[in-house]
Amino acid sequence: MPWTKIYSDKTEFEEAAKASSVPLRGITYAEALREAQAQLLRDDERVFIFGEGIDDPGGVFGSTLGLHTEFGDERVFDTPLAENALTGIAAGAATAGMRPILVHMRIDFMPLTMDPILNHAAKWHYMFGGAVHVPMVIRSIVGRGWGSAAQHSQNIHALFAHIPGLKVVMPATPYDAKGLLMSASADGNPVIFIEHRWLYGHTGHVPEEPYTVPLGKGVVRREGSDVTIVAISHMAAEATKAARSLAEEGIECEIIDPRTLRPLDTELIISSVKKTGRLVVADTGWQYGGIGAEITTRLVEDAFGALKAPVERINIPDCPTPASPVLEAAYYPGVTEIENAVKRVIAG
Amino acid sequence: MTSKLSKETLLGLYSTMLKIRLFEEKIVELYPEQEMKCPVHLYIGQEAIAAGVCANLTKTDYIVSNHRCHGHAIAKGADIKALMAEFYGKAAGCSKGKGGSMHVVDVERGMLGTSAIVGGGIPMGVGSALASSIRKDGFVTVIFLGDGASEEGVFYESMNFAALKNLPVVFICENNGYATNSPQHARHATCDISGMANAYKIPGRCIDGNDVEAVYATAKEAIGLAREGGGPSLIEAVTYRWKGHVGPEADHLKGCRPEVELTDWMEKCPVKRFDDRLVNEGVSDKAGLIEIGAVIAEEIEEAVRFSKAAPYPLAEDLLTEVYFKGE
Repeated sequence: MPWTKIYSDKTEFEEAAKASSVPLRGITYAEALREAQAQLLRDDERVFIFGEGIDDPGGVFGSTLGLHTEFGDERVFDTPLAENALTGIAAGAATAGMRPILVHMRIDFMPLTMDPILNHAAKWHYMFGGAVHVPMVIRSIVGRGWGSAAQHSQNIHALFAHIPGLKVVMPATPYDAKGLLMSASADGNPVIFIEHRWLYGHTGHVPEEPYTVPLGKGVVRREGSDVTIVAISHMAAEATKAARSLAEEGIECEIIDPRTLRPLDTELIISSVKKTGRLVVADTGWQYGGIGAEITTRLVEDAFGALKAPVERINIPDCPTPASPVLEAAYYPGVTEIENAVKRVIAG
Repeated sequence: MTSKLSKETLLGLYSTMLKIRLFEEKIVELYPEQEMKCPVHLYIGQEAIAAGVCANLTKTDYIVSNHRCHGHAIAKGADIKALMAEFYGKAAGCSKGKGGSMHVVDVERGMLGTSAIVGGGIPMGVGSALASSIRKDGFVTVIFLGDGASEEGVFYESMNFAALKNLPVVFICENNGYATNSPQHARHATCDISGMANAYKIPGRCIDGNDVEAVYATAKEAIGLAREGGGPSLIEAVTYRWKGHVGPEADHLKGCRPEVELTDWMEKCPVKRFDDRLVNEGVSDKAGLIEIGAVIAEEIEEAVRFSKAAPYPLAEDLLTEVYFKGE
């Protein structure tokens, strides 16, 4: 189906659009994010969007471009460099009935927001016996490459996924970027919405009218019978390429994109592994205490007998991100690492 | 000086202060029973601030409190049965027993939840003021913070944002001189909290926090300014906490501060001072004030009876309300 498909580049999408019996509308991940926010601002007066530099000419890599002129600077505005207060302000406005979308352009600055997120937003509904809730979205972006190094290219989604009361979303396609953001804004809980900078230029089918993709529901990106690859965020695109070349060698991979890490669609993952008997988790983050550990444990707890081979986890190495191109190349796993992991689990 | 305030306002201020005092004293009395199984941060000595400020607010104005929240909640009109039941961990508590004494909520009266992380509530109050500013609903948010919270970075981030956006918010810093056991001079390079307002070019005033009429008048001006679109203010109200940072004992008994300091401040008791003044000025006779106290005392007794008799939450409620599931 066009809305679950990952196209490796624009040309591939255009060819698919030509061959499709239904019309496909190709826009990028960045454009899809912008469209979702424009429609939210248009349709819900409680929505406002703020963050450092969101009205500048770059417009958060295009994802907020021109929204301030379209909707006014009372609802779309630049802010001081004050991540801690801004996040508490978003939580306070949400508790008072608004639906803020706060943009922390680089996730590396989000450790400065841990008090309002962990101690406040995540606990507010529970701590007051359900009397209040916190309908807020924090958009943040994971970078990668070009010597961005240890404080500008981290993957800390597992930190947030650890916290009850939060939802954690990581869209991998333009379709999901829009649909999940619409759901996140309407959800009523604090949602950490983590985008990947390397997906911003990806093109895919995105309907123009507003639609939602449910939080907590994964998707089968590719069906296969030999091995299940649970691939997160940018790794879903990498896994798609790996699966293609593995198919040429006769290995059929099933790719599951969980889309949200909390809540996690455990059922979808387990039913796939029950079919294939093998699991590779391709994560963009660290391994230690990571989302791959959670997925694997759930599988072992609920479907131990389904496994025909040990689980493989693909992660970035257990160190901060280096700057030098040589070290950086050694740091990031991709298609090759996924292929090798799949071959190892096939070999058992 | 004869007060310019109406008899009704004066007796309202008195009644609120006395209600807070008697409520807290009841906790001191009952706490040793160990039926109230949560830490309590008592407000005795600071009553004039909550009473003087909240008398200027409408029911739907927002207030943000902190771990020492009982007085603010009572001054904003919270149901003391729901408060007391919360302290007893009962399902009828304002937070259904999930919050305890530091996490008070009363949405109808503009308390959208109380943080026990020092300074943590400050930006949330700026957030509710931002909501009011965007919606143009005319509400004001008052944020109560302590002198300890004035040291947190988020206080400055929040004041800057509030001033930048000209938000309808008033920061009330209750300077009781101590953060737990650390005196202000050990923590502050300049003991001038209200002076911090100068950095943001917003009004900053330092007042006697034990003079309820001074608090009332200063808060009236600041709240009025905020409501009319004049932006935020900072008020530092100097006061003294009679009890420990936490619990019903006085700090000098633990050697945390000199006893003479407490006895000096007890001479400046905000309730006693106002009581004397109302009698001396002929606003009420002594018997009238005693009658007010008797009615409040009975209301508190009723809250205690209610709370002790109320059922606990069910163990099955442990995992409810982790996530909001829709209206």
